Amino acid sequence: MQNVVSIKKLSKIYDNDFQALKNITLDIKKNEIIALLGPNGAGKTTMISIICGIVIPTSGSVTVDNFDIIKDYRRTRSLIGLVPQELSLEQFEYVFNNVSYTRGLYGKPPNPSLIEKILKDLSLWDKRNSRINELSGGMKRRVLIAKALSHEPSVLFLDEPSAGVDVELRQEMWQVIKDLRNSGVTIILTTHYIEEAEAIADRVAVINKGELLVVDNTSDLVKSMGQKTLVIELHEAIQVLPTKLESYNLTVLNNGLSISYNYDSSSKQTGITSLLQDMKETGLKLKDLKTEQSSLENIFVELVREN
Amino acid sequence: MNFYAIRAIYFHEMDRMRRTIGQSILSPVISTSLYFIVFGSVIGSMIPELDGVSYGSFIVPGLLMLTLLTQSISNSAFGIFFPKFTGSIYEVLAAPVSSLEIIIGFVGASATKSLIVGIIILLTASFFVELKIQYPLLMLFLLILTCLTFSLFGFLIGLLSNNFEQLQVVPLIIITPLVFLGGSLYTIEMLPEFWQKVSYFNPVVYLINGMRWSFYGASDINIFISVVSLVGFLVACIVGVAIVISKGYGVKN
Repeated sequence: MQNVVSIKKLSKIYDNDFQALKNITLDIKKNEIIALLGPNGAGKTTMISIICGIVIPTSGSVTVDNFDIIKDYRRTRSLIGLVPQELSLEQFEYVFNNVSYTRGLYGKPPNPSLIEKILKDLSLWDKRNSRINELSGGMKRRVLIAKALSHEPSVLFLDEPSAGVDVELRQEMWQVIKDLRNSGVTIILTTHYIEEAEAIADRVAVINKGELLVVDNTSDLVKSMGQKTLVIELHEAIQVLPTKLESYNLTVLNNGLSISYNYDSSSKQTGITSLLQDMKETGLKLKDLKTEQSSLENIFVELVREN
Repeated sequence: MNFYAIRAIYFHEMDRMRRTIGQSILSPVISTSLYFIVFGSVIGSMIPELDGVSYGSFIVPGLLMLTLLTQSISNSAFGIFFPKFTGSIYEVLAAPVSSLEIIIGFVGASATKSLIVGIIILLTASFFVELKIQYPLLMLFLLILTCLTFSLFGFLIGLLSNNFEQLQVVPLIIITPLVFLGGSLYTIEMLPEFWQKVSYFNPVVYLINGMRWSFYGASDINIFISVVSLVGFLVACIVGVAIVISKGYGVKN
């Protein structure tokens, strides 16, 4: 698939000598949703800010649709929409006017019917004549999304779109993001919510301390880096594991009523068959079996800890 | 050139004036009218003519300049500082807009607001004092040039300010005293010789006298020197803003 954003060896050192990005190289494919995951201060917002022209990079290059973000800034910026992390809005302005203002900034002629459609899609049409300071936090965030969409961008950056948004609204926002992708927009979002990345992202990029740790399809990442656990429930509690089972590195749970076994689901031999055979030979009676897949959250925590 | 962006910034700023009409228009008009009533009509009637015009008429150019300078500076300083303060400056920085287009939008709106206030003040003055403008085209030229120059200066202050206090320092502590001591309410000739010499180091003296010359054809300073001083300050402001913007100081990291 064609790359729409290409980041090559991007670094940023701030005036206070803090290095926010270290040699980041990343290609973002057209029409995908990619989630940038990372703890606070990982460099996610710096990366987005550089691509959008708000922060000047120290070294490296970025192209959007094959245009350089510095030499061809007019072309690249007109392709990009940005939803910032902070609710940075002028509080005394009216919703409709404020969204129309952003469209003008991007060099587009007024288009009231498009603004109406965007506001309706984001359930903001009823609030079009309200001042921004009269809106709730969730509505303000939707105003920011409306502003970012007002010039019909083909690449949309969402910096922590779900921050401070309730669960119901978060689900609605995910649907909006999916609909946007279906309409041909490439979405790059940063998030703290692993659940969000897992729910909507095609790919995940994990960043920590300015370094890109891993980039992969969400499902492949979970499959390749995640472990599966087999939990075996027993009829009778055991005090000590039989000697024959010691080599399996089992964990006794639930006061001896369950044991768990970690295995790599991608390997040819998981060891489950021999474990069950050995359990039978030692006389342990099984009551129930279940398997658990480690989540993206576990993988994320593990990656960041290792880094 | 991104004309839609210039238009968007310009009308966005003009809209701010509409929302705050009391502060933007009424307040400067009322305070200047009070000067006309007190110094022009009441006290002015007891003061003999200066440069061949009544005292009330004499102070009109000076008070006009006082308002234009302070309004132009505060309008554009606030115009660029407020988005910095709220964080909404991000959308101007992320938009496909050049520095020149940003300046034209913000400074153009600020100069327009000051021009509107200036014209209203002139109209108001005509109710209180006898008003004659000997060179109306020159007066209009100086009016527009002053609004543009000091709006640029205000834009520079807004870019460099990090808090509201810094925003107010130049208009209140520097500009207002310079205007009051720049011959807005008197002629330089009325001062002792030493203070006359000191006054020539006050740049505002040249601006006020230029404006006064366009009204009455007489002033303490040659009109050519006044116009050159104003243009010189305009060039200095353009260079200052260009340097600050190109380095991203105050807005970009």
